[in-house]
Amino acid sequence: MMRALRVVRAQLRASLAIALQYRFEFAVEGALALLWIAVTLAPLLVVFGTRAEVAGWTFPEMLVVLGWFVALKGLLEGTLSPSLMQVVEHIRKGTLDFVLLKPADAQLLVSLSKIEPWRLIDLAAAGGIFAIAFRRIGHPPGLTQALLALVLLCGAVLVLYSIAILVVSIAFIAVRVDNLLYLFQSIFDVARWPSTIFRGVLAMIFTFVLPLALMTTCPALALLGKLTASTAVAALAGTLLFAGAARAIWLASIRRYTSASS
Amino acid sequence: MTRVLRLYPQLLRTGFAEAVAYRAEFLIWMFSTNMPLVMLAIWAAAARSGPVGGYSQQGFAAYYLAALLVRLMTGAWVVWEMTMEIRQGTLALRLLRPIHPLLQWSADNIAAIPMRGVVAIPVIGILLFVARSELSRDWFSWLLLCPALLGGWLLYFLVQAIIGTLALRVESAASLFDAWLGFSNILSGYLVPLDLFPEAVRKLALVLPFRFQLSFPVELMLGRWSHAEALQLLGAQWAYVLFFLLATRVAWRSGLRHYAAYGG
Repeated sequence: MMRALRVVRAQLRASLAIALQYRFEFAVEGALALLWIAVTLAPLLVVFGTRAEVAGWTFPEMLVVLGWFVALKGLLEGTLSPSLMQVVEHIRKGTLDFVLLKPADAQLLVSLSKIEPWRLIDLAAAGGIFAIAFRRIGHPPGLTQALLALVLLCGAVLVLYSIAILVVSIAFIAVRVDNLLYLFQSIFDVARWPSTIFRGVLAMIFTFVLPLALMTTCPALALLGKLTASTAVAALAGTLLFAGAARAIWLASIRRYTSASS
Repeated sequence: MTRVLRLYPQLLRTGFAEAVAYRAEFLIWMFSTNMPLVMLAIWAAAARSGPVGGYSQQGFAAYYLAALLVRLMTGAWVVWEMTMEIRQGTLALRLLRPIHPLLQWSADNIAAIPMRGVVAIPVIGILLFVARSELSRDWFSWLLLCPALLGGWLLYFLVQAIIGTLALRVESAASLFDAWLGFSNILSGYLVPLDLFPEAVRKLALVLPFRFQLSFPVELMLGRWSHAEALQLLGAQWAYVLFFLLATRVAWRSGLRHYAAYGG
Protein backbone atom coordinates (compact mmCIF):
# COMPACT_ATOMS: atom_id res chain seq x y z
CA MET A 1 0.00 0.00 0.00
CA MET A 2 2.77 2.44 0.95
CA ARG A 3 4.60 1.38 -2.16
CA ALA A 4 1.55 2.08 -4.29
CA LEU A 5 1.30 5.58 -2.82
CA ARG A 6 4.98 6.18 -3.51
CA VAL A 7 4.47 5.11 -7.12
CA VAL A 8 1.52 7.46 -7.47
CA ARG A 9 3.56 10.34 -6.04
CA ALA A 10 6.46 9.69 -8.36
CA GLN A 11 4.10 9.43 -11.33
CA LEU A 12 2.40 12.69 -10.44
CA ARG A 13 5.70 14.50 -10.03
CA ALA A 14 7.03 13.23 -13.35
CA SER A 15 3.92 14.09 -15.35
CA LEU A 16 3.67 17.48 -13.66
CA ALA A 17 7.28 18.24 -14.59
CA ILE A 18 6.59 17.30 -18.20
CA ALA A 19 3.49 19.48 -18.40
CA LEU A 20 5.21 22.49 -16.81
CA GLN A 21 7.87 22.52 -19.49
CA TYR A 22 5.43 24.14 -21.86
CA ARG A 23 4.74 27.41 -20.09
CA PHE A 24 3.10 29.19 -22.98
CA GLU A 25 0.75 26.29 -23.56
CA PHE A 26 -0.02 26.40 -19.85
CA ALA A 27 -1.25 29.99 -20.12
CA VAL A 28 -3.19 29.42 -23.34
CA GLU A 29 -4.89 26.26 -22.11
CA GLY A 30 -5.69 27.91 -18.80
CA ALA A 31 -7.47 30.74 -20.57
CA LEU A 32 -9.34 28.22 -22.70
CA ALA A 33 -10.46 26.31 -19.62
CA LEU A 34 -11.99 29.54 -18.29
CA LEU A 35 -13.75 30.18 -21.60
CA TRP A 36 -15.28 26.71 -21.62
CA ILE A 37 -16.52 27.10 -18.05
CA ALA A 38 -18.32 30.23 -19.22
CA VAL A 39 -19.76 28.29 -22.16
CA THR A 40 -20.96 25.61 -19.73
CA LEU A 41 -22.63 28.18 -17.49
CA ALA A 42 -24.33 30.22 -20.21
CA PRO A 43 -27.21 27.85 -21.11
CA LEU A 44 -28.10 27.42 -17.44
CA LEU A 45 -28.28 31.20 -17.01
CA VAL A 46 -30.58 31.44 -20.02
CA VAL A 47 -32.81 28.61 -18.79
CA PHE A 48 -33.22 30.19 -15.37
CA GLY A 49 -33.76 33.57 -16.96
CA THR A 50 -37.11 32.17 -18.05
CA ARG A 51 -37.96 29.81 -15.21
CA ALA A 52 -37.57 29.90 -11.43
CA GLU A 53 -37.56 26.12 -11.15
CA VAL A 54 -36.92 23.22 -13.52
CA ALA A 55 -38.06 19.69 -12.59
CA GLY A 56 -38.06 20.68 -8.93
CA TRP A 57 -34.56 22.19 -8.97
CA THR A 58 -33.97 25.85 -8.24
CA PHE A 59 -31.12 27.84 -9.80
CA PRO A 60 -28.66 27.58 -6.88
CA GLU A 61 -29.39 23.87 -6.49
CA MET A 62 -28.72 23.34 -10.17
CA LEU A 63 -25.50 25.34 -9.76
CA VAL A 64 -24.32 22.86 -7.13
CA VAL A 65 -24.80 19.99 -9.62
CA LEU A 66 -22.98 22.00 -12.27
CA GLY A 67 -20.16 22.67 -9.80
CA TRP A 68 -19.59 18.96 -9.33
CA PHE A 69 -19.82 18.51 -13.07
CA VAL A 70 -17.15 21.14 -13.79
CA ALA A 71 -14.85 19.62 -11.17
CA LEU A 72 -15.27 16.05 -12.43
CA LYS A 73 -14.96 17.07 -16.05
CA GLY A 74 -11.70 18.82 -15.23
CA LEU A 75 -10.49 15.67 -13.53
CA LEU A 76 -11.60 13.48 -16.42
CA GLU A 77 -10.14 15.61 -19.19
CA GLY A 78 -7.15 16.81 -17.21
CA THR A 79 -5.83 13.49 -15.89
CA LEU A 80 -7.76 10.33 -16.72
CA SER A 81 -8.36 10.83 -20.44
CA PRO A 82 -4.87 12.00 -21.44
CA SER A 83 -3.26 9.20 -19.43
CA LEU A 84 -5.49 6.42 -20.66
CA MET A 85 -5.31 7.71 -24.21
CA GLN A 86 -1.65 6.86 -23.97
CA VAL A 87 -2.51 3.25 -23.16
CA VAL A 88 -4.30 2.93 -26.49
CA GLU A 89 -1.21 4.37 -28.15
CA HIS A 90 0.98 1.88 -26.23
CA ILE A 91 -1.19 -1.03 -27.33
CA ARG A 92 -1.05 0.04 -30.95
CA LYS A 93 2.71 0.48 -30.99
CA GLY A 94 3.44 -2.51 -28.78
CA THR A 95 5.23 -0.34 -26.22
CA LEU A 96 2.87 -1.45 -23.46
CA ASP A 97 5.45 -4.21 -22.94
CA PHE A 98 7.73 -1.71 -21.23
CA VAL A 99 4.99 -0.67 -18.83
CA LEU A 100 4.09 -4.26 -18.00
CA LEU A 101 7.74 -5.11 -17.33
CA LYS A 102 8.08 -2.48 -14.61
CA PRO A 103 7.89 -3.81 -11.06
CA ALA A 104 4.66 -2.02 -10.15
CA ASP A 105 0.98 -2.49 -10.87
CA ALA A 106 0.36 -1.64 -14.53
CA GLN A 107 -3.00 0.01 -13.86
CA LEU A 108 -1.34 2.29 -11.32
CA LEU A 109 1.41 3.17 -13.78
CA VAL A 110 -0.83 4.08 -16.69
CA SER A 111 -3.50 5.94 -14.75
CA LEU A 112 -1.56 9.13 -14.04
CA SER A 113 1.08 9.05 -16.73
CA LYS A 114 -0.01 12.29 -18.35
CA ILE A 115 -1.74 15.19 -16.67
CA GLU A 116 -2.77 18.65 -17.75
CA PRO A 117 -2.28 20.76 -14.62
CA TRP A 118 -4.07 23.79 -16.06
CA ARG A 119 -7.30 21.91 -15.54
CA LEU A 120 -6.88 22.74 -11.84
CA ILE A 121 -8.68 25.91 -12.92
CA ASP A 122 -11.77 23.74 -13.26
CA LEU A 123 -11.51 22.72 -9.63
CA ALA A 124 -11.10 26.35 -8.56
CA ALA A 125 -14.07 27.32 -10.74
CA ALA A 126 -16.15 24.58 -9.13
CA GLY A 127 -15.28 26.11 -5.75
CA GLY A 128 -16.41 29.49 -7.05
CA ILE A 129 -19.66 28.05 -8.34
CA PHE A 130 -20.38 26.45 -4.95
CA ALA A 131 -19.68 29.77 -3.24
CA ILE A 132 -22.16 31.59 -5.48
CA ALA A 133 -24.74 28.83 -5.10
CA PHE A 134 -24.62 28.77 -1.31
CA ARG A 135 -24.63 32.53 -1.01
CA ARG A 136 -27.89 32.47 -2.98
CA ILE A 137 -29.28 29.67 -0.83
CA GLY A 138 -28.41 31.80 2.19
CA HIS A 139 -26.57 29.36 4.45
CA PRO A 140 -23.45 27.23 3.99
CA PRO A 141 -23.76 23.43 4.01
CA GLY A 142 -23.47 21.76 7.41
CA LEU A 143 -20.35 19.88 8.44
CA THR A 144 -21.90 16.41 8.17
CA GLN A 145 -23.38 17.29 4.80
CA ALA A 146 -20.00 18.49 3.54
CA LEU A 147 -18.33 15.32 4.82
CA LEU A 148 -20.95 13.08 3.22
CA ALA A 149 -20.56 15.01 -0.04
CA LEU A 150 -16.81 14.51 0.17
CA VAL A 151 -17.22 10.76 0.63
CA LEU A 152 -19.63 10.63 -2.29
CA LEU A 153 -17.22 12.71 -4.35
CA CYS A 154 -14.53 10.09 -3.77
CA GLY A 155 -17.08 7.53 -4.94
CA ALA A 156 -17.85 9.64 -8.00
CA VAL A 157 -14.17 9.86 -8.92
CA LEU A 158 -13.88 6.12 -8.47
CA VAL A 159 -16.83 5.47 -10.81
CA LEU A 160 -15.45 7.90 -13.37
CA TYR A 161 -12.07 6.25 -13.21
CA SER A 162 -13.62 2.78 -13.48
CA ILE A 163 -15.54 3.73 -16.58
CA ALA A 164 -12.39 5.13 -18.16
CA ILE A 165 -10.55 1.89 -17.32
CA LEU A 166 -13.41 -0.15 -18.79
CA VAL A 167 -13.32 1.88 -22.00
CA VAL A 168 -9.58 1.39 -22.31
CA SER A 169 -9.93 -2.33 -21.64
CA ILE A 170 -11.98 -2.53 -24.82
CA ALA A 171 -8.89 -1.31 -26.66
CA PHE A 172 -7.22 -4.65 -25.90
CA ILE A 173 -9.90 -6.41 -27.93
CA ALA A 174 -10.48 -3.87 -30.70
CA VAL A 175 -7.37 -1.75 -31.01
CA ARG A 176 -8.71 1.08 -33.10
CA VAL A 177 -11.07 2.53 -30.56
CA ASP A 178 -8.99 5.45 -29.36
CA ASN A 179 -11.97 7.69 -29.85
CA LEU A 180 -14.23 5.58 -27.66
CA LEU A 181 -12.90 7.63 -24.77
CA TYR A 182 -14.02 10.80 -26.56
CA LEU A 183 -17.43 9.25 -26.95
CA PHE A 184 -17.58 8.72 -23.20
CA GLN A 185 -16.41 12.29 -22.60
CA SER A 186 -19.25 13.56 -24.72
CA ILE A 187 -21.80 11.34 -23.00
CA PHE A 188 -20.48 12.60 -19.68
CA ASP A 189 -21.78 16.03 -20.71
CA VAL A 190 -25.22 14.77 -19.68
CA ALA A 191 -24.03 14.76 -16.06
CA ARG A 192 -24.23 18.56 -15.98
CA TRP A 193 -27.96 18.25 -15.30
CA PRO A 194 -29.44 16.50 -12.26
CA SER A 195 -30.50 13.00 -13.23
CA THR A 196 -34.08 13.66 -12.15
CA ILE A 197 -34.78 15.91 -15.15
CA PHE A 198 -34.85 12.73 -17.20
CA ARG A 199 -37.86 10.47 -17.33
CA GLY A 200 -38.55 6.89 -18.29
CA VAL A 201 -35.85 4.90 -20.03
CA LEU A 202 -33.23 7.64 -19.97
CA ALA A 203 -33.59 8.03 -16.22
CA MET A 204 -32.99 4.29 -15.79
CA ILE A 205 -29.96 4.31 -18.07
CA PHE A 206 -28.27 7.24 -16.37
CA THR A 207 -28.85 5.77 -12.92
CA PHE A 208 -28.06 2.09 -13.38
CA VAL A 209 -26.33 1.40 -16.71
CA LEU A 210 -24.13 4.46 -16.97
CA PRO A 211 -24.24 5.77 -13.42
CA LEU A 212 -24.01 9.49 -14.16
CA ALA A 213 -26.44 10.07 -11.28
CA LEU A 214 -23.80 8.76 -8.87
CA MET A 215 -21.29 11.29 -10.09
CA THR A 216 -22.93 14.69 -9.87
CA THR A 217 -26.49 14.36 -8.59
CA CYS A 218 -25.69 12.34 -5.45
CA PRO A 219 -22.85 14.55 -4.17
CA ALA A 220 -24.97 17.62 -4.95
CA LEU A 221 -27.95 16.25 -3.02
CA ALA A 222 -25.62 15.43 -0.15
CA LEU A 223 -24.25 18.96 -0.09
CA LEU A 224 -27.78 20.35 -0.16
CA GLY A 225 -28.76 18.04 2.72
CA LYS A 226 -31.42 16.31 0.65
CA LEU A 227 -29.87 12.88 0.37
CA THR A 228 -31.51 10.12 2.37
CA ALA A 229 -29.26 7.70 4.26
CA SER A 230 -30.46 4.68 2.30
CA THR A 231 -29.65 6.36 -1.04
CA ALA A 232 -26.20 7.27 0.23
CA VAL A 233 -25.47 3.70 1.29
CA ALA A 234 -26.83 2.31 -1.98
CA ALA A 235 -24.74 4.80 -3.97
CA LEU A 236 -21.55 3.83 -2.16
CA ALA A 237 -22.27 0.11 -2.49
CA GLY A 238 -22.93 0.58 -6.21
CA THR A 239 -19.68 2.50 -6.56
CA LEU A 240 -17.59 -0.22 -4.95
CA LEU A 241 -19.27 -2.91 -7.04
CA PHE A 242 -18.60 -0.95 -10.19
CA ALA A 243 -14.97 -0.32 -9.33
CA GLY A 244 -14.42 -3.99 -8.51
CA ALA A 245 -15.90 -5.08 -11.83
CA ALA A 246 -13.75 -2.58 -13.71
CA ARG A 247 -10.59 -3.84 -11.99
CA ALA A 248 -11.47 -7.46 -12.81
CA ILE A 249 -12.08 -6.64 -16.45
CA TRP A 250 -8.81 -4.69 -16.68
CA LEU A 251 -6.88 -7.68 -15.29
CA ALA A 252 -8.63 -10.03 -17.72
CA SER A 253 -7.81 -7.70 -20.61
CA ILE A 254 -4.15 -7.47 -19.64
CA ARG A 255 -4.01 -11.25 -19.72
CA ARG A 256 -5.31 -11.20 -23.29
CA TYR A 257 -2.68 -8.71 -24.38
CA THR A 258 -0.28 -10.04 -26.98
CA SER A 259 2.36 -7.50 -27.89
CA ALA A 260 1.96 -5.79 -31.26
CA SER A 261 5.67 -5.38 -31.85
CA SER A 262 6.64 -9.03 -32.08
CA MET B 1 -8.79 24.60 -63.69
CA THR B 2 -9.54 21.71 -66.06
CA ARG B 3 -6.87 19.73 -64.27
CA VAL B 4 -8.63 20.30 -60.97
CA LEU B 5 -11.96 19.27 -62.50
CA ARG B 6 -10.40 16.09 -63.79
CA LEU B 7 -8.61 15.16 -60.61
CA TYR B 8 -11.19 16.22 -58.03
CA PRO B 9 -13.61 13.31 -58.59
CA GLN B 10 -10.73 10.92 -58.04
CA LEU B 11 -9.86 12.67 -54.79
CA LEU B 12 -13.48 12.35 -53.74
CA ARG B 13 -13.44 8.63 -54.50
CA THR B 14 -10.28 8.17 -52.45
CA GLY B 15 -11.74 10.19 -49.61
CA PHE B 16 -14.93 8.14 -49.64
CA ALA B 17 -12.96 4.89 -49.62
CA GLU B 18 -11.04 6.19 -46.61
CA ALA B 19 -14.23 7.10 -44.78
CA VAL B 20 -15.60 3.60 -45.44
CA ALA B 21 -12.35 1.96 -44.36
CA TYR B 22 -12.44 3.74 -40.98
CA ARG B 23 -16.20 3.44 -40.58
CA ALA B 24 -16.13 2.34 -36.93
CA GLU B 25 -14.08 5.35 -35.81
CA PHE B 26 -16.15 7.52 -38.05
CA LEU B 27 -19.42 6.42 -36.49
CA ILE B 28 -18.02 6.93 -33.01
CA TRP B 29 -17.04 10.48 -33.91
CA MET B 30 -20.53 11.10 -35.21
CA PHE B 31 -22.11 9.74 -32.05
CA SER B 32 -19.92 12.04 -29.97
CA THR B 33 -21.93 14.91 -31.41
CA ASN B 34 -24.63 14.91 -28.79
CA MET B 35 -24.61 18.42 -27.33
CA PRO B 36 -27.96 19.43 -28.90
CA LEU B 37 -29.56 16.41 -27.21
CA VAL B 38 -28.00 17.34 -23.86
CA MET B 39 -29.44 20.83 -24.22
CA LEU B 40 -32.78 19.46 -25.35
CA ALA B 41 -32.98 17.55 -22.06
CA ILE B 42 -32.95 20.68 -19.89
CA TRP B 43 -35.25 22.71 -22.13
CA ALA B 44 -37.74 19.88 -22.46
CA ALA B 45 -37.83 19.69 -18.66
CA ALA B 46 -38.26 23.47 -18.46
CA ALA B 47 -41.08 23.45 -21.03
CA ARG B 48 -43.06 20.75 -19.19
CA SER B 49 -44.95 23.45 -17.32
CA GLY B 50 -45.72 25.43 -20.48
CA PRO B 51 -43.94 26.99 -23.48
CA VAL B 52 -40.73 28.97 -22.96
CA GLY B 53 -40.37 32.08 -25.13
CA GLY B 54 -42.51 30.61 -27.92
CA TYR B 55 -41.01 27.13 -27.77
CA SER B 56 -43.16 24.23 -26.65
CA GLN B 57 -41.55 20.89 -25.75
CA GLN B 58 -42.12 19.90 -29.34
CA GLY B 59 -40.67 23.17 -30.57
CA PHE B 60 -37.48 22.53 -28.63
CA ALA B 61 -37.31 18.99 -29.98
CA ALA B 62 -37.61 20.30 -33.53
CA TYR B 63 -34.99 22.99 -32.95
CA TYR B 64 -32.36 20.77 -31.38
CA LEU B 65 -32.87 17.83 -33.73
CA ALA B 66 -32.53 20.21 -36.67
CA ALA B 67 -29.40 21.68 -35.07
CA LEU B 68 -27.98 18.19 -34.64
CA LEU B 69 -28.75 17.47 -38.28
CA VAL B 70 -27.02 20.64 -39.48
CA ARG B 71 -24.00 19.93 -37.30
CA LEU B 72 -23.77 16.35 -38.58
CA MET B 73 -24.03 17.38 -42.22
CA THR B 74 -21.66 20.35 -42.11
CA GLY B 75 -18.78 18.83 -40.16
CA ALA B 76 -15.15 19.48 -41.03
CA TRP B 77 -11.94 18.53 -39.30
CA VAL B 78 -9.32 20.09 -41.52
CA VAL B 79 -7.77 22.21 -38.76
CA TRP B 80 -6.55 19.15 -36.85
CA GLU B 81 -5.26 17.56 -40.03
CA MET B 82 -3.41 20.75 -40.97
CA THR B 83 -1.81 21.32 -37.59
CA MET B 84 -0.68 17.69 -37.46
CA GLU B 85 0.75 17.63 -40.96
CA ILE B 86 2.53 20.93 -40.47
CA ARG B 87 4.08 19.75 -37.21
CA GLN B 88 5.14 16.40 -38.62
CA GLY B 89 6.39 17.86 -41.88
CA THR B 90 4.19 15.71 -44.11
CA LEU B 91 2.72 18.89 -45.57
CA ALA B 92 5.76 18.89 -47.86
CA LEU B 93 4.38 15.82 -49.63
CA ARG B 94 1.03 17.49 -50.19
CA LEU B 95 2.70 20.57 -51.62
CA LEU B 96 4.39 18.42 -54.24
CA ARG B 97 1.09 17.17 -55.60
CA PRO B 98 -0.40 19.04 -58.56
CA ILE B 99 -3.49 20.21 -56.65
CA HIS B 100 -3.71 22.88 -53.96
CA PRO B 101 -3.49 21.20 -50.53
CA LEU B 102 -6.66 22.91 -49.34
CA LEU B 103 -8.55 21.38 -52.26
CA GLN B 104 -7.17 17.97 -51.32
CA TRP B 105 -8.40 18.38 -47.77
CA SER B 106 -11.75 19.73 -48.90
CA ALA B 107 -12.21 16.57 -50.99
CA ASP B 108 -11.58 14.44 -47.89
CA ASN B 109 -14.14 16.41 -45.92
CA ILE B 110 -16.77 16.41 -48.65
CA ALA B 111 -16.30 12.72 -49.39
CA ALA B 112 -17.36 11.92 -45.83
CA ILE B 113 -20.80 13.41 -46.38
CA PRO B 114 -22.46 10.16 -47.58
CA MET B 115 -21.24 8.47 -44.39
CA ARG B 116 -22.57 11.40 -42.38
CA GLY B 117 -25.87 10.91 -44.15
CA VAL B 118 -26.06 7.38 -42.78
CA VAL B 119 -26.02 8.79 -39.25
CA ALA B 120 -28.29 11.65 -40.20
CA ILE B 121 -31.09 9.44 -41.56
CA PRO B 122 -32.25 8.19 -38.16
CA VAL B 123 -32.11 11.77 -36.86
CA ILE B 124 -34.31 12.87 -39.77
CA GLY B 125 -36.66 9.98 -39.00
CA ILE B 126 -36.96 11.00 -35.34
CA LEU B 127 -37.41 14.63 -36.31
CA LEU B 128 -40.28 13.77 -38.64
CA PHE B 129 -41.82 11.46 -36.06
CA VAL B 130 -41.55 13.77 -33.05
CA ALA B 131 -42.02 17.25 -34.41
CA ARG B 132 -43.36 17.16 -37.92
CA SER B 133 -45.84 19.94 -37.25
CA GLU B 134 -43.02 22.32 -36.26
CA LEU B 135 -41.24 22.02 -39.61
CA SER B 136 -41.60 24.44 -42.48
CA ARG B 137 -44.34 23.62 -44.98
CA ASP B 138 -42.94 26.03 -47.54
CA TRP B 139 -41.02 24.37 -50.37
CA PHE B 140 -39.02 27.54 -50.86
CA SER B 141 -37.31 27.18 -47.45
CA TRP B 142 -36.35 23.62 -48.25
CA LEU B 143 -35.01 24.72 -51.62
CA LEU B 144 -32.83 27.36 -49.96
CA LEU B 145 -31.67 24.83 -47.38
CA CYS B 146 -29.25 23.25 -49.88
CA PRO B 147 -27.19 26.39 -50.58
CA ALA B 148 -27.53 27.36 -46.91
CA LEU B 149 -26.05 24.04 -45.77
CA LEU B 150 -23.28 24.32 -48.34
CA GLY B 151 -22.58 27.86 -47.14
CA GLY B 152 -22.57 26.66 -43.54
CA TRP B 153 -20.11 23.93 -44.35
CA LEU B 154 -17.89 26.33 -46.31
CA LEU B 155 -17.81 28.78 -43.41
CA TYR B 156 -16.81 26.04 -41.00
CA PHE B 157 -14.21 24.63 -43.38
CA LEU B 158 -12.70 28.00 -44.28
CA VAL B 159 -12.43 29.16 -40.68
CA GLN B 160 -10.62 25.92 -39.90
CA ALA B 161 -8.39 26.43 -42.93
CA ILE B 162 -7.48 29.98 -41.87
CA ILE B 163 -6.70 28.93 -38.32
CA GLY B 164 -4.87 25.84 -39.59
CA THR B 165 -2.74 28.09 -41.79
CA LEU B 166 -1.70 29.99 -38.69
CA ALA B 167 -0.02 26.76 -37.57
CA LEU B 168 2.63 27.61 -40.15
CA ARG B 169 3.62 30.52 -37.89
CA VAL B 170 2.57 29.69 -34.33
CA GLU B 171 2.40 26.47 -32.36
CA SER B 172 -0.93 26.84 -30.62
CA ALA B 173 -3.20 27.15 -33.64
CA ALA B 174 -5.32 24.22 -32.49
CA SER B 175 -5.98 26.04 -29.21
CA LEU B 176 -7.07 29.08 -31.16
CA PHE B 177 -9.63 26.96 -32.94
CA ASP B 178 -10.78 25.64 -29.59
CA ALA B 179 -11.48 29.25 -28.57
CA TRP B 180 -13.40 29.86 -31.82
CA LEU B 181 -15.42 26.75 -31.05
CA GLY B 182 -16.27 28.05 -27.60
CA PHE B 183 -17.68 31.30 -28.98
CA SER B 184 -19.32 29.48 -31.86
CA ASN B 185 -21.16 27.11 -29.50
CA ILE B 186 -22.85 30.06 -27.84
CA LEU B 187 -23.28 32.49 -30.74
CA SER B 188 -24.30 30.05 -33.47
CA GLY B 189 -27.39 28.85 -31.65
CA TYR B 190 -25.87 25.42 -31.08
CA LEU B 191 -26.46 25.42 -27.32
CA VAL B 192 -29.35 27.86 -26.98
CA PRO B 193 -31.73 29.17 -29.69
CA LEU B 194 -30.62 32.73 -30.42
CA ASP B 195 -34.05 34.24 -29.78
CA LEU B 196 -33.94 33.10 -26.15
CA PHE B 197 -30.82 35.13 -25.39
CA PRO B 198 -31.03 38.54 -23.72
CA GLU B 199 -31.46 41.33 -26.25
CA ALA B 200 -27.81 42.51 -26.20
CA VAL B 201 -26.33 39.06 -26.83
CA ARG B 202 -28.91 38.35 -29.51
CA LYS B 203 -28.12 41.56 -31.38
CA LEU B 204 -24.43 40.73 -31.33
CA ALA B 205 -25.05 37.16 -32.50
CA LEU B 206 -27.17 38.33 -35.42
CA VAL B 207 -24.36 40.30 -37.06
CA LEU B 208 -21.49 37.86 -36.39
CA PRO B 209 -20.78 35.04 -38.85
CA PHE B 210 -21.44 32.23 -36.34
CA ARG B 211 -25.20 32.14 -36.87
CA PHE B 212 -24.78 31.37 -40.57
CA GLN B 213 -23.03 28.13 -39.70
CA LEU B 214 -25.92 26.65 -37.83
CA SER B 215 -28.78 28.84 -36.71
CA PHE B 216 -29.71 30.03 -40.22
CA PRO B 217 -30.15 26.56 -41.81
CA VAL B 218 -32.06 25.44 -38.70
CA GLU B 219 -34.38 28.43 -38.96
CA LEU B 220 -34.99 27.60 -42.61
CA MET B 221 -36.06 24.10 -41.62
CA LEU B 222 -38.38 25.53 -39.00
CA GLY B 223 -39.82 28.01 -41.54
CA ARG B 224 -39.03 31.17 -39.59
CA TRP B 225 -38.35 33.43 -42.55
CA SER B 226 -40.41 34.86 -45.37
CA HIS B 227 -39.09 34.41 -48.90
CA ALA B 228 -37.53 37.88 -49.03
CA GLU B 229 -35.92 37.57 -45.60
CA ALA B 230 -34.56 34.12 -46.38
CA LEU B 231 -32.98 35.31 -49.62
CA GLN B 232 -31.46 38.28 -47.85
CA LEU B 233 -29.95 36.07 -45.15
CA LEU B 234 -28.62 33.64 -47.74
CA GLY B 235 -26.95 36.59 -49.47
CA ALA B 236 -25.38 37.66 -46.18
CA GLN B 237 -24.19 34.10 -45.54
CA TRP B 238 -22.50 33.87 -48.91
CA ALA B 239 -20.96 37.32 -48.48
CA TYR B 240 -19.27 35.92 -45.36
CA VAL B 241 -18.23 32.82 -47.33
CA LEU B 242 -16.63 35.03 -49.98
CA PHE B 243 -14.87 37.08 -47.32
CA PHE B 244 -13.47 33.98 -45.62
CA LEU B 245 -12.43 32.57 -48.98
CA LEU B 246 -10.35 35.65 -49.69
CA ALA B 247 -8.95 35.61 -46.15
CA THR B 248 -7.96 31.96 -46.58
CA ARG B 249 -6.13 32.79 -49.78
CA VAL B 250 -4.20 35.63 -48.19
CA ALA B 251 -3.41 33.64 -45.05
CA TRP B 252 -2.24 30.61 -47.00
CA ARG B 253 0.02 32.58 -49.34
CA SER B 254 1.72 34.58 -46.63
CA GLY B 255 1.88 31.60 -44.28
CA LEU B 256 3.55 29.32 -46.76
CA ARG B 257 6.53 31.67 -46.98
CA HIS B 258 7.20 30.88 -43.33
CA TYR B 259 7.04 27.17 -43.83
CA ALA B 260 10.18 25.14 -43.42
CA ALA B 261 9.29 21.45 -43.60
CA TYR B 262 10.61 19.86 -40.46
CA GLY B 263 11.62 16.25 -40.78
CA GLY B 264 9.13 14.65 -43.12
